[in-house]
Amino acid sequence: MTTAGHNVGTAGIAGDNVGDDVLLDVRNLQLHFPIRRGLMRRPAGYVRAVDGLDFVIRRGETLGLVGESGCGKTSTGRCVVRSYDPTGGEILYHGNGTQPADIAKVKSTALKQYRRAIRMIFQDPHSSLNPRMTLRDIVGEPLKVHGIASGSELDERVASLLQTVGLRPEYMSRYPHAFSGGERQRVGIARALSLDPRLVIADEAISALDVSVRAQILNLLQDLQADRHLTYLFISHDLSVVEYLCDRVAVMYVGKIVEMADTASLFTAPQHPYTEALLSAVPKPDPLLRDRRERIVLSGDVADPADPPSGCYFHPRCPYAQPICATEEPPLRDLGNGNSVACHFAEELDLRGVTAHTG
Amino acid sequence: MVAESVQTSASPELDHDSLLSVRALQTHFPLDQGLVKAVDGASFDIRQGTTLCVVGESGCGKSVTARSILQIVDRPGRVVGGEILFRRQRRGAGKGPDGEIVDLAALDPKGAQMRRIRGGDIAMIFQEPMTSLSPVHTIGNQIVEAIQLHENVSNREAKERAVEVLHKVGVPRAKQRFDSYPFELSGGLRQRAMIAMALSCNPALLIADEPTTALDVTTQAQILELMRELQDDYGMAIMFITHDLGVVAEMADDVVVMYLGMTVERGDVVSIFHDPQHPYTRALLRSIPTMGMGTRTRLNTIKGMVPDPYDRPHGCPFHNRCGEYMPGTCDQIVPPPIDLDEHRQVRCLLHGGAPSSGVRNEVNT
Ligand SMILES: Nc1ncnc2c1ncn2[C@@H]1O[C@H](COP(=O)(O)OP(=O)(O)O)[C@@H](O)[C@H]1O
Ligand SMILES: Nc1ncnc2c1ncn2[C@@H]1O[C@H](COP(=O)(O)OP(=O)(O)O)[C@@H](O)[C@H]1O
Ligand code: SF4
Ligand code: SF4
Ligand SMILES: [Mg+2]
Ligand SMILES: [Mg+2]
Repeated sequence: MTTAGHNVGTAGIAGDNVGDDVLLDVRNLQLHFPIRRGLMRRPAGYVRAVDGLDFVIRRGETLGLVGESGCGKTSTGRCVVRSYDPTGGEILYHGNGTQPADIAKVKSTALKQYRRAIRMIFQDPHSSLNPRMTLRDIVGEPLKVHGIASGSELDERVASLLQTVGLRPEYMSRYPHAFSGGERQRVGIARALSLDPRLVIADEAISALDVSVRAQILNLLQDLQADRHLTYLFISHDLSVVEYLCDRVAVMYVGKIVEMADTASLFTAPQHPYTEALLSAVPKPDPLLRDRRERIVLSGDVADPADPPSGCYFHPRCPYAQPICATEEPPLRDLGNGNSVACHFAEELDLRGVTAHTG
Repeated sequence: MVAESVQTSASPELDHDSLLSVRALQTHFPLDQGLVKAVDGASFDIRQGTTLCVVGESGCGKSVTARSILQIVDRPGRVVGGEILFRRQRRGAGKGPDGEIVDLAALDPKGAQMRRIRGGDIAMIFQEPMTSLSPVHTIGNQIVEAIQLHENVSNREAKERAVEVLHKVGVPRAKQRFDSYPFELSGGLRQRAMIAMALSCNPALLIADEPTTALDVTTQAQILELMRELQDDYGMAIMFITHDLGVVAEMADDVVVMYLGMTVERGDVVSIFHDPQHPYTRALLRSIPTMGMGTRTRLNTIKGMVPDPYDRPHGCPFHNRCGEYMPGTCDQIVPPPIDLDEHRQVRCLLHGGAPSSGVRNEVNT
């Protein structure tokens, strides 16, 4: 339940709109980084970090974004919070149900209100927290910047936020170095929550944590989602965590989404050969399974986003590639059940997912 | 106060199939802020040609244990107790049960014997390949140098062997890549070049310290498969350090679980996963999401966090987080190693070592 204390007056953009459940509608999102060489500093080419993404995030759900490093996950997240300016495409934010706003095109002065509604949590809680700021300053800064609270009211809010994430309010005047990795990640979460956001983008937020602490933070993220009606974009390369946390999952390969499906379908019946290979590569924590499974080991490296292959970007590594795959790019197409895939042979292939087993 | 129990083993004997036996190892760092007992009671055996996984959360002493074996602990750290018995083969002889037994902990870290063992009999690879590769030399020349440091072979022969080992670890076009600098290679290939260098002298033991932690799952799968193939070909034993229980399940023959510098449980991999005996091992296994179990099944957590190394709990190092903590016992007595079975050991007072009065003493074998 969202209590009055948490509501920091995001009226106008945060009001829930029953009936329409889409919160964010991303269309053909592109982010190309110029590669500059030589004296003239003219672009010698482009890194197509994000290369035409289409996806929606529904209110209250957790959408997972997975893929190998360099495939464009962070770039996507940073476009949505507009710390990067997209090269093209639309990011339609359905705030109050009237007209959606296109965050991709909003000018920087008007961005402020969206920056309250959409917050990001980063991977490394060590480097993302300023070592010279106390927890009060770190967690309270967004409240100050947005003119929401100051003085003793700010202290009260910070204390309540710290409590929400499982830290003791007495720690308010301490510096980040006094805390463990898990505690620092809680601080990062408190800071992200301070403006009572609607959408939280967690970029590898638990990847650097130890197993026992990771479970604590995952449970915290779930509790917060239930209590505060949060929507998550959960970016991770760890598929077992994604299965555990997410309602739907988008799989990226070299700047593109190759498959998007509800979590159960994606894990039990993947439709894209890359998804199958990813699932197969995850080590399963049961030694009795290791001789029974045939692992798909991909050869070669991820394609270079500055110089992607022709046709299907995955074709040089795909065990099922046919001649057409090298020449024609498969579009991301709807399979009729709300799930989509970008592979010419999705219907013909019988791919292997993960089957439940009792450990 | 109860004295730290240090298991003393006077026997210089090794089990016939053991290559290395670490016994009651202690490696401490006397720092200005206090004494860090990075390793304090680590005991395990590595059998010839098999893989031992060392698992535990960060800071539990996995890397310091590995560095103690090779006598490359950073100053002011020092091995202050225990034995590291290693069965040393004559070069060129097969990997059999004979060979002299040396206590690595007793050798001079800078002495000739330790220098020959390091990189020759025992090689190490790291998470970050640039820890062992030099950025200013070609990978080929670095491997040639490693070979010639340990063996008296001609330049031509060393070069042939370097190309061969690069080929073996799956570096495509090994002959041309011989002349590549590390920065010219992708992350996965750099990892392979580091492995090639480690294997170039045909070590009896390869210590791998989180070699795949920074890699994507797909690249990790390639490297794990490569290590298994190389073990079949070269017959070396592997000490594989990781915090990833999935990787342990894939790679290990035997497992040791460490907590705050102590090996709290050891056994064969199936027993550790399917019949864990230490409360910490059980808690760790319960706290990982398992694929195929579906969405939103709430995870079990271990309460609290790993204590500060300057502030080690008294008695059992796990007692302030343990669900089965017995007040008055677990905070007083350091659990001694209890043998459950031939290769199975646990350090928990539930299994023995506590005064019998009023203490549960369930020995589960
Ligand atoms: N600031 C930048 N300038 C140039 N290239 C970048 C920048 N940030 C990311 N890239 C490139 O964009 C691609 C996608 O990167 P990123 O979004 O960080 O991927 P991921 O988060 O999936 O690992 C990579 O090839 C990366 O090298
Ligand atoms: N060079 C060093 N100086 C001081 N303390 C160290 C040093 N190396 C390791 N330690 C301490 O020893 C303990 C064990 O560290 P380490 O073996 O690196 O853990 P792991 O590899 O299991 O993560 C930690 O508390 C760490 O802080
Ligand atoms: S389109 Fe072809 S190359 Fe691409 S994933 Fe499908 S089968 Fe493989
Ligand atoms: S000795 Fe006591 S505190 Fe330690 S693991 Fe066993 S039951 Fe838990
Ligand atoms: Mg990233
Ligand atoms: Mg380490």
